[in-house]
Amino acid sequence: MKMSRCIRILCSIMPVLLCAGIPAAAQTPSCEKEGPDVKEIVMEHLGDSYWWHIGTFGDRDVTVHLPVIVRSKTTGWHCFSSGRLEGGASYEGFIIAREGKHDGKIVETVADGSEVRPLDISITKTTAGLLLNSVLTVILILSAAGWYRHRKATDAAPGGYTGMVETVVAYLVDDIIRPCVGPGWRRFAPFLLTVFFFILVNNLMGLIPFFPGGVNVTGNIAITLVLALAALIVINISGSRHYWKDIFWPDVPTWLKVPIPIIPLIEFVGIFTRPFALMIRLFANMMAGHAVILCLVCVIFVTAGMGAAVNSSMTAVSVVFNIFMNCLELLVAFLQAYVFTMLTAVFIGMSQEGKEYAGTMKSGKTED
Amino acid sequence: MGLLQPEPGLLIWMTIAFLVVFILLAKFGFPAMLKALDERKEYIDSSLKAAEKAQQKLSGLQSEMDGIRAEAERQKADILRSAAETREKILSEARARAEEQGERIIAAAKATAETEREAILRDARHQVALLSIAISEKLLRSRLDDEQSQTSLAEKLLEELDRKDTAPRKEA
Repeated sequence: MKMSRCIRILCSIMPVLLCAGIPAAAQTPSCEKEGPDVKEIVMEHLGDSYWWHIGTFGDRDVTVHLPVIVRSKTTGWHCFSSGRLEGGASYEGFIIAREGKHDGKIVETVADGSEVRPLDISITKTTAGLLLNSVLTVILILSAAGWYRHRKATDAAPGGYTGMVETVVAYLVDDIIRPCVGPGWRRFAPFLLTVFFFILVNNLMGLIPFFPGGVNVTGNIAITLVLALAALIVINISGSRHYWKDIFWPDVPTWLKVPIPIIPLIEFVGIFTRPFALMIRLFANMMAGHAVILCLVCVIFVTAGMGAAVNSSMTAVSVVFNIFMNCLELLVAFLQAYVFTMLTAVFIGMSQEGKEYAGTMKSGKTED
Repeated sequence: MGLLQPEPGLLIWMTIAFLVVFILLAKFGFPAMLKALDERKEYIDSSLKAAEKAQQKLSGLQSEMDGIRAEAERQKADILRSAAETREKILSEARARAEEQGERIIAAAKATAETEREAILRDARHQVALLSIAISEKLLRSRLDDEQSQTSLAEKLLEELDRKDTAPRKEA
């Protein structure tokens, strides 16, 4: 019953997921075929940088220089503005590599002339966006939660912003968390809701094309890796005995378990593949969305040298497609947060479900 | 591929940021909301239950009220009927008493009239007796003017007396 509900939700959103994937796959190669700088523009956006380029107004580049924090093995901690490294300048022995393995990253030139990568915890553009969005998430949720502090259950339900947040929370709890996790849902609800709102705010902020939005945070593998890791920990840390038994001693013919533990091996790998899929799904979807939108914008500039007719018609097409893609990305922003939360809830439910069954089986045995 | 390689710096920052967000929201954010949602749900449920109970009570009161009204109607009819009966009774009693009284008065008047008549009659008889005595005296005086006639009357009277005396003695 519970699982079938989750599967139904999954099935209902599957076509949308596929739709979101198709244009991304179809459009991505096109941005690399012509135009000398499209790839660089897109890769620069999708990747990370040590400064936050807000825009070019006339001849002036407006850039926020972010702090660089590095620890060299030989000289210890260094902290300085990234402005000092601009234009390939070297500062305190650090330089931004232009090529090679560490392209675009800060490297330290050591005594023998080779470049080594120091421990780099600089506030990069993605980090700045991440911290900003995190603060925003906390403010958004706590301001809504603050409404309840001086209110009783007998008061009227909140309207406005608090009402909106409450509606989303109630929807997530009633539609995902409660049915997918099962009886112990209350313990996991804060984590799942945090994941949802964290991803949602980061996704939506990424869609805002100008400062302080537009940072590809959730389209960065490090971000999704940590989220998936958190999911992995939460899923497994409270796994029931039944859940672990199903992994290491599943109910399959004995020759599948002994002497070569084929199924246990698959099950064990499954522990990691599920969060891994979460990580890749969110990362790929958000990155592809950003890439498609950027490519579509680049079409205008790529066709600039092909005559007025081509350029203007392609501009119109580009704008129309961009509007479409932005609407789609708006949907995807919500959908990916939803899917991540839902799948995490389903996996938690799977690790929890055993607890019930273990209880009923035990009582059944004692009755016998 | 650069994009698929997680940066250690970003990993550290993300871990810190996510942990802080999670701790803050899990401590101050969502539990308050979930609690409020639960409490409101409970309140709505209890309110619905109370409303249902009140509805039942109301319908019970309605039927009770109907019963009371019917009872009152019945009592009113009873009272009216008994009042009418009492009136009839009082009236008839009064009538009977008045009749009786009248009869008694009439009877008393009759009796008084009778006694008065008798008194008048007695008085009249007395007067007649006196008159007749007077007349007879006058008559006798005129008759007994001579001695002889007086003696004969006296003898006759004595004789009569004698007869009267002997007769009862013989009987004895």
